Amino acid sequence: MMQAPVDNAPAEDLIRVENLSKHFSISAGMFTKPLQLKALQDISFTVKRGETLGIVGESGCGKSTLGRCILQLLSPDQGRVMWLGQDIAGLPAEEMRKHRKDLQIIFQDPLASLNPRMTVGEIIADPLRSLMPELKAKERRDRVIRTMEAVGLLPEMINRYPHEFSGGQAQRIGIARALITEPKLIVCDEPVSALDVSIQAQILNLLADLKDKFGLTLVFISHNLSVVRHVSDRIMVLYLGRIVELASGDDLYDQPRHPYTRALLTAVPIPDPKLARQRSIDGLVGEIPSPINPPSGCTFRTRCRYALPICAQQRPPLEDTGTRMVACHRWQELELQAGA
Amino acid sequence: MPPVLTVSDLNVRFALHQAEVTAVSDLSFSLEPGETLAVVGESGSGKSQAFLSLMGLVAKNATVSGRAMLGDVDLLALGHSDLNRYRGKDIAMIFQDPMTSLNPSLRVKAQLAEVLVRHQGYTPEQAIRAAIEMLERVGIPEPVKRANAYPHELSGGMRQRVMIAMALLCKPKVLIADEPTTALDVTVQAQMLDLFKNLTTELGTALVLITHDLGVVAGIADRMMVMYGGRCVEKGPTDALFYDPRHPYTLGLLHSTPHVAKRARRLDPIQGLPPSLEHLPQGCAFHPRCAFRLERCFAERPPLLPVEEAHEKACWYQGELNYEEVA
Repeated sequence: MMQAPVDNAPAEDLIRVENLSKHFSISAGMFTKPLQLKALQDISFTVKRGETLGIVGESGCGKSTLGRCILQLLSPDQGRVMWLGQDIAGLPAEEMRKHRKDLQIIFQDPLASLNPRMTVGEIIADPLRSLMPELKAKERRDRVIRTMEAVGLLPEMINRYPHEFSGGQAQRIGIARALITEPKLIVCDEPVSALDVSIQAQILNLLADLKDKFGLTLVFISHNLSVVRHVSDRIMVLYLGRIVELASGDDLYDQPRHPYTRALLTAVPIPDPKLARQRSIDGLVGEIPSPINPPSGCTFRTRCRYALPICAQQRPPLEDTGTRMVACHRWQELELQAGA
Repeated sequence: MPPVLTVSDLNVRFALHQAEVTAVSDLSFSLEPGETLAVVGESGSGKSQAFLSLMGLVAKNATVSGRAMLGDVDLLALGHSDLNRYRGKDIAMIFQDPMTSLNPSLRVKAQLAEVLVRHQGYTPEQAIRAAIEMLERVGIPEPVKRANAYPHELSGGMRQRVMIAMALLCKPKVLIADEPTTALDVTVQAQMLDLFKNLTTELGTALVLITHDLGVVAGIADRMMVMYGGRCVEKGPTDALFYDPRHPYTLGLLHSTPHVAKRARRLDPIQGLPPSLEHLPQGCAFHPRCAFRLERCFAERPPLLPVEEAHEKACWYQGELNYEEVA
């Protein structure tokens, strides 16, 4: 059976991201200078071995870009991504290949991320061909079958094609493909957003079981705060490409320090009619500004009810309070209440 | 007050190449003026098809039977041109993706004004004035400027507000909203649900909210109807279904939904997959996934029967719904 990965790196931090920035150029026409979309700016955080770090935020906040930068599917423009003590940011593809088997990803749309012309067995074995070519055909097949069993797929399905599977089963195939190389870290990018409620719960439980069984570390990206809260040890809240708050799930929920975190928490629909009637929604006005031309100072100030003139002039630094990180000029004086 | 809409024995069938598929079976319900009814179910439960059929919007290979009385008019007995007298005026529908529901080549004001010119006999000038008023009412800032915009110039939340404004222009008796907030960010979703609450109270419009999200239901619905395999399996007051669910599927949905305020170690998902409509199980369609199934569930379909006042379920099992007892 597969074993929990063991390695001898002394660090407790599996990944340390330092001052990472990622910009995209957007063409504005043939004769104009391209626009700069600042998808991520000055992001620093760590992922500890064995934890689940949740990343939440609304569309355009940079959460998927961050997941891809961690895995070097996108190259950051600035900053370092320290993986077990080595900076992997901008590593040439050949060099990066050595680390690929340790770093895997699960995507949102399970059917779209599976090649329709390959059988389930071929799809799941695919990473082995390029990342662990030393395995013999027999070993490869054994590993595929073990992994299929681990994710709740019947081994006799090995010769079927993706279109024969439902969304939930297709996501199990995607998970098996990520697990097959026995990775240390998996980035889960909205892994349950396309699934029905009852299937979503099955997949969330499966991820929890696999994490325990194989000693995985997870980075879990989602717009759904209830799901993130359910799976995560710590949660990072992103707004327009910057970290606004990062804390343990309980701390973040019991005492949000950033006004945006609180607004998100009160906006999350809760499946309890009495609680839903009691609570007051911290209604945010307006929508997220464009990341091409973000507001000056604190990017959240245009929607923040607590904004002062200073918020337009100076960007609040991301402060480390010892138990959390928060970027707000007024976090100490505001006594924000829990979400619900 | 009499109900604004009474649907009885609604059936929607689709003729496929080899078979006939029943998407909605024997659905009956009524809607009181000004109330919000949530229709809950997973993909393939028939929740969208049921309401598309009331609007005459099902695909051509569909056969629809039953009655849908909007006042004293049976919507299902009307031809397309007769239906157009009521659609958009007395009964309106909005969809998940506002971009595909708006005409990309017409300014917002033209799309809105058309409704009033057609149904209320307004002059174009009157209609545009009324349209701008309605845009303001649904919370669109700078409504005059937005009225002159094309749909692609608006954000997703703004487009959905335009759709809501369009649907409410004629102050319909019934508004059907099919997953109206699913494509929106959570802070915008909260704004939109607030808007629905205020507008239904102000205008007395009855709202049918089709959704898979029990969180959304809890915040807004007076009553709910849970669908599975094309049938209603439980319906009743929202509080009753949340705090005292009587159908194992309703209970399963509640246990599958993560709660931001409670961090449980595990969810209790429903085993297995939702059925395909082409191969609906015999007896109760839910029995293959049900933790409480009895012998008769395999062969006999349970009827929808009252369990308490205004609370009905379709299930043979009469005991306590307690997972520990059957585990």
